[in-house]
Amino acid sequence: MLGKLSFSAIPLDVPILVGTFLGVAVIGLAVLGAVTYYGKWGYLWREWLTTVDHKRLAVMYVILAIVMLFRGFADAIMMRTQLALAYKGNPGYLPPHHYDQIFSAHGTIMIFFMAMAFMTGLLNLVVPLQIGARDVAFPFLNSLSFYMTLVGALLINISLFIGEFAQCGWLVYPPLSEMQFSPGVGVDYYIWAVQISGVGTLLTGVNFFTTIVKMRAPGMGWMQMPVFTWTAFCTTVLIMVSFPVLTVTLALLSLDRYLGMHFFTNDAGGNVMLYLSMIWTWGHPEVYILVIPAFGVFSEVTATFSQKPLFGYKTMVYATCSIMVLSFVVWVHHFFTMGAGANVNTFFGIMTMIIAVPTGVKIYNWLFTMYKGRVEFTAPMYWTIGFMITFSIGGMTGVMMAMPAADWILHNSLFLIAHFHNVIIGGVYFGYIAGMGFWFPKAFGFKLNEAWGKRAFWCWFIGFYLAFVPLYILGLEGMTRRMNHYDNPDWYPWMLVAEAGAIVIACGIACQLTQLYVSIRDRNLPENLDLTGDPWNGRTLEWAISSPPPAYNFAVIPDIHGLDTFHTEKQLGLKAHGKPLAPIHMPKNTSAGVFIGLFAFLFGFASIWYIWWLAAISLIGIVATMILRSANRDVDYYVPVSEIEHNEEVYSRRIAAAQAAE
Amino acid sequence: MAHEATMSPLAHADDHHGEHHETPNVFGFWLYLMTDCILFGSIFAAFAVLRNQFAGGPSGKELFDLTNVGIETAILLFSSITYGFASLNAMAKNKTMVLLWLAVTFVLGASFVGLELNEFSSMIAEGNGPDRSAFLSAFFTLVGTHGLHVTCGLIWMVVLMVQMMGPQDLSERMMNKLTCLSLFWHFLDIVWICVFSFVYLAGVM
Repeated sequence: MLGKLSFSAIPLDVPILVGTFLGVAVIGLAVLGAVTYYGKWGYLWREWLTTVDHKRLAVMYVILAIVMLFRGFADAIMMRTQLALAYKGNPGYLPPHHYDQIFSAHGTIMIFFMAMAFMTGLLNLVVPLQIGARDVAFPFLNSLSFYMTLVGALLINISLFIGEFAQCGWLVYPPLSEMQFSPGVGVDYYIWAVQISGVGTLLTGVNFFTTIVKMRAPGMGWMQMPVFTWTAFCTTVLIMVSFPVLTVTLALLSLDRYLGMHFFTNDAGGNVMLYLSMIWTWGHPEVYILVIPAFGVFSEVTATFSQKPLFGYKTMVYATCSIMVLSFVVWVHHFFTMGAGANVNTFFGIMTMIIAVPTGVKIYNWLFTMYKGRVEFTAPMYWTIGFMITFSIGGMTGVMMAMPAADWILHNSLFLIAHFHNVIIGGVYFGYIAGMGFWFPKAFGFKLNEAWGKRAFWCWFIGFYLAFVPLYILGLEGMTRRMNHYDNPDWYPWMLVAEAGAIVIACGIACQLTQLYVSIRDRNLPENLDLTGDPWNGRTLEWAISSPPPAYNFAVIPDIHGLDTFHTEKQLGLKAHGKPLAPIHMPKNTSAGVFIGLFAFLFGFASIWYIWWLAAISLIGIVATMILRSANRDVDYYVPVSEIEHNEEVYSRRIAAAQAAE
Repeated sequence: MAHEATMSPLAHADDHHGEHHETPNVFGFWLYLMTDCILFGSIFAAFAVLRNQFAGGPSGKELFDLTNVGIETAILLFSSITYGFASLNAMAKNKTMVLLWLAVTFVLGASFVGLELNEFSSMIAEGNGPDRSAFLSAFFTLVGTHGLHVTCGLIWMVVLMVQMMGPQDLSERMMNKLTCLSLFWHFLDIVWICVFSFVYLAGVM
């Protein structure tokens, strides 16, 4: 009846998990209780859960990303603490089977549910606004994508309290992840969580590509598109080309596990190397899916706060596109040691080094944008400068490992761990936080607190170097990754420094939370309110409308005459065009995404635990919901002119108030 | 199935000003098909790597019955023609004939799936199931994925036929859905031609 599920699957014997469960339960009940107490369920359901508004989905994505950051960081600091203790005779406090689950979950959560969710959130908030669109091409699919991501995140976190998580790393390499060696449900949790959220990501890719191609404001040609939109465009291409490969790879692994097939097994002709090639055909583009939008953020932030147009707009576009293409021909550098042969390794080594060229172009473009500009040192600018330094170092260690001969020594050592955290924290994370600070006033109508933002930056910046420079050194000293304990006395002091770094980063996260709290508390102070919708003297279209924007974004779709039209018109003192208002056609909210998400959750959970009747029912539920949605003809409405006029009037009054205050 | 359920009312927003604005649905569906193409491409790649890993089991030469596969191929290709007739009649707004040709297409598609299931079950009955060897794992997965797509197409076809008899009739929205399903159906034909050539013919040669 319940498949493999029984009470013994609940890890009551692990005090850390019981404690975590109690903590999560208390916080969860407190949140639910507060919503009930204030009678906000109806509001939450109508305005947020069933929304198809890209700006609200963006907020939900970023909240999910921040919650997942806590989970992923908790894993990280537990690992660092284990290694600061588990020296010589001391086994530490995490037994190997638990420690292995933690490092697998840390990677999976940080990539799929922190970084991907954050990236999708930024795309959702910014892209339609930058191109002058009223929503994305497929608003319902957008809501569905969010629920697929959420379901994946829920499944992976439920594995903490029911059953176990994978113990074979964040990419679950076979043959270790095959039934023969991992008979538990851990790998199945991994497969279904990633598979379901992967469907959501693929739909996001299709959705935003269509949006950017088909829904740009009149006059906005390709070379008039803001750089962030260009990076979003390249990312959606990468998503569409690489995510189907991930889907297939994990599907083949599940066929091995569920139906006894032999794709990646040791026996009956299976081929483990096939898995490595396939997973990294997705995996290498994936890191560019994450970092390319971060490059877009840095471009917008640098240009805006240097009060200059971006230096080398065209080279920036070409560099982004080259990185997009090159990212598909480097995947073998993840396993030079597999033995593909000198010629193959040489090709992939050289291709990998070539990627440093367009990336270098970008770094110089940002530097020349700042050169002779009136740079305003806001918190997003701090993150940007911190990125340029950190990412350059990370890029150079990457080029070191691109040499197959060097990689033979560094492969799977802590040097590698230091390298990719160097580019992912220094590139992706710094970028997303800069983007959050930059666009926060657009989403909510007030600015984030600068002082706490800068404190957070310094903690992250210093903490990062403290935590990861020791790993470079340890890697060169021969310490491999995923080690549970060690005896080498030379390593011990460095592990203590790394632990100190993790604690400093924890202070950084605390500063960010304080920043959110302080900013919300002081949101009505005049220096924090964003009345004009253009708090930074911005260059692109998202700053041409009120903060937060109305559901339809633009009362009148603007005409575009070139790059940064909004900024040029502002300089020339041109007023908004007196185009007549017309009723605006908008999509209605829908609960279909919530229900499909619910059924997908049940389907995933049932498949993990072999509860086949439930899996069948939930699959029917998914299909039935889609058919009902497809039959529903009441999916849109018109915003009347009177409402648009009213909103415009309120906005003009706010602008007037802001001008009077000056 | 997801794709026909996703209409974008925004696309019609500009109709109000009398401007022509192409709906993004068909474009978006083309993109989805391209991602599906990569999905099939990955499975083809896995098959190419594993096609000679018989693990002491039977090879394609011993297993495949080209007559059966030839009939399957003929049926599927013919169903593309009948879907084409349905499309032509849809453009002529002849609903009865659309329904009739869709029904013929459905019967042909269902026979294809039936023949494939028959082939699978007889192979499994002889002990040559997907767990026998890496070659058979790849064979069943590749051909089965195509069959699963055809089955989804059949369900989608029924849904459209029922909706067409209801209030949606041959509205613009329904025409879009018919175009998307048509793209899907012809796409599966192309994939099948690759399956036929690289799996069956190359396996027997």
